[in-house]
Amino acid sequence: MSVADGLLPERGLLPAGVATPDGMRTRLDQAGYLSDDGLATAAFLALRLHRPLFLEGEAGVGKTELAKTLAGILAAPLIRLQCYEGIDASQALYDWDFPRQLLHLRAAEAAGIRDVDRLESELYSRRFLLARPLLQALETTPSVLLVDEVDRADDEFEAFLLEVLSDFTISVPELGTLHAEVPPVVVVTSNRTREVHDALKRRCLYHWLDHPGFAREVEIVRRRVPAASRRLAEQVAGVVQALRGEDLLKPPGIAETLDWTQALVALGAETLNADLVTTTLGSVLKYREDTDRARRLDFAAVVAAVAGGG
Amino acid sequence: MPASPDSPPDPTGTVVGFARTLQAAGVAADPDRVPAMITALAALNPRRRADVYWAGRLTLCANADDLGRYDRAFTAYFAGEIPPDPRRQTASPVRRLSATMQRVPAAEPETGAADQRTLPAAASGTELLRAKDMAALSPAERAAVHRLLAAFALPGERRPSRRYAPAHRGAIDAGRTMRELLRRGGEPARLRRHTHRDRPRRVVLLVDVSGSMSAYADALLRFAHAATRRRGVHTEVFTIGTRLTRVTRELSHRDVELAMVAVGAAVPDWSGGTRLGELVKAFLDRWGQRGLARGAVVVVLSDGWDCGDPAVLGAQMTRLHRLAHRVVWANPRKSRPGYAPTAAGMAAALPHVDDFVEGHSLAALERLAGVVAGVSVASAERSAAPDRSITEDTRA
Repeated sequence: MSVADGLLPERGLLPAGVATPDGMRTRLDQAGYLSDDGLATAAFLALRLHRPLFLEGEAGVGKTELAKTLAGILAAPLIRLQCYEGIDASQALYDWDFPRQLLHLRAAEAAGIRDVDRLESELYSRRFLLARPLLQALETTPSVLLVDEVDRADDEFEAFLLEVLSDFTISVPELGTLHAEVPPVVVVTSNRTREVHDALKRRCLYHWLDHPGFAREVEIVRRRVPAASRRLAEQVAGVVQALRGEDLLKPPGIAETLDWTQALVALGAETLNADLVTTTLGSVLKYREDTDRARRLDFAAVVAAVAGGG
Repeated sequence: MPASPDSPPDPTGTVVGFARTLQAAGVAADPDRVPAMITALAALNPRRRADVYWAGRLTLCANADDLGRYDRAFTAYFAGEIPPDPRRQTASPVRRLSATMQRVPAAEPETGAADQRTLPAAASGTELLRAKDMAALSPAERAAVHRLLAAFALPGERRPSRRYAPAHRGAIDAGRTMRELLRRGGEPARLRRHTHRDRPRRVVLLVDVSGSMSAYADALLRFAHAATRRRGVHTEVFTIGTRLTRVTRELSHRDVELAMVAVGAAVPDWSGGTRLGELVKAFLDRWGQRGLARGAVVVVLSDGWDCGDPAVLGAQMTRLHRLAHRVVWANPRKSRPGYAPTAAGMAAALPHVDDFVEGHSLAALERLAGVVAGVSVASAERSAAPDRSITEDTRA
């Protein structure tokens, strides 16, 4: 450990009482987020080393949820930047508040102020700068910044992110460089619709999130939908796992599992049967081709297998 | 220098060695990432195998494709054996590529073998070359064609983007108008306007590198290289054979010969059979549906010979057609006299293709570029330089 000791801030942003990835896992668990070894280590290192966490995985495996949970654990506000194609600096970083600048100018004129230099420096001061999510996150301590679905933004936008994520600074030409006293915890998510530039990934910890296994999925359902019986949770998880094994256009994520369980609970279902599966399949599968394919499955057998296997 | 996770207290040597092993195994793991792994290790327990595993995986990997290679390299390295370095084998892909090229005249002796030696070295040489089937070129002609291919561009049809650019007419640009006002000390000034900027659509090329296409694969990949080299245009290239391989990264080498060597190394299935349907499905599952094909112009460069079930190809082409802005199929065999799309795969795919064009010569590729840029097939053919007339028009 001798080499790197000097490089590390003492504890980073770790919450009190967390000193190992296992501790992080317990803490996430208490906050209602079930993680595994990899994800707990990733979250631990992100906090300890002040490194952005780049989460990739299928839609609905809990990428965004992790950021929310981290914000809860750290008692920090969650600042979210939803990316979309064409997003630019004035929507992500900062913008000048032109109407107010103009008002200020008019007021100065009315008061007969003639000192042009002073007026100009006043006009381009921090109070006329509107903070958009990235600047907001740098100025809020502590905070959790969620850059959601970065793959939807275009390449140009990644360049803005680079500066923010590597030095936690933002340069405003008229004002100078603004930096964060304590860098925010950054979670970047991607659904992998396109390959994000390497330069951006290099500054982050990379973690690929998979669909959870049967046992963990049952636990998640039990946690998030307490009204569901243990048996129902197991049957739902069993069917979803079977569906993921099929060759579907969009395999269901955890979000769909939870939606479905909620739908079943709303219908007053205590246990699952093949008819119920067929009628409520719309909560899990969102493509007609997938529904057609799934109907060919023998749901009675799947449900029975879960009930038999425990 | 492989070492078990619990031997030396200073992990630098071990980490550097491990990063090299990973690079050899095909994981990005560039040297910039090494310090990240060292700091990560320092924050964890370097004597625990799991901690070493995660410290490396979180810092040295850059995408999901890396994970399998990472696992193998990790096991091998920390078990004391170094996996074979694929870079040492770069010679063989080159050989495979050149073998493909040399085999060409022998494999296609019936087409144009006679006039090969009597090509007039005149100004009209280029014109003849442009129209000539690329499967029937002499080595000298092929070199000339490769030079001409380098000048190609393949921008997609234009579409409005979400970004704005200053313009004379359009919506009022509040920001610029206000700045103008400020500059004049608050005096009313000219209104500034802006409109949505245009940008070319993404172009996705699916290049068939199976055995039946071996005469064209090299030239088509050079064409793809030229297309990806243009700035401001987003082009993605995949090869299809027995497997789907994304070669966009390999083609990003500036030098075309280096790019071709890199592609040769990356593509495992030169000259095998094609399972078009399954591979179009693989493309859609892994890339297309998530967004790569959405709103894009997708070009399939293939002769439509499919070893798989044509029904699969038909279903996948329907899916592709629904996602993409336009689907173009370029078939080098379409120019042959008497060609009809009777190959089962081609027949199944045609109803879901917007434009069905040729792809056998430079002139045909120029027309293809025109079609991709949004020119209608008819006018693309009219504007193309003199070429033998297309009589057997089988377009649906």
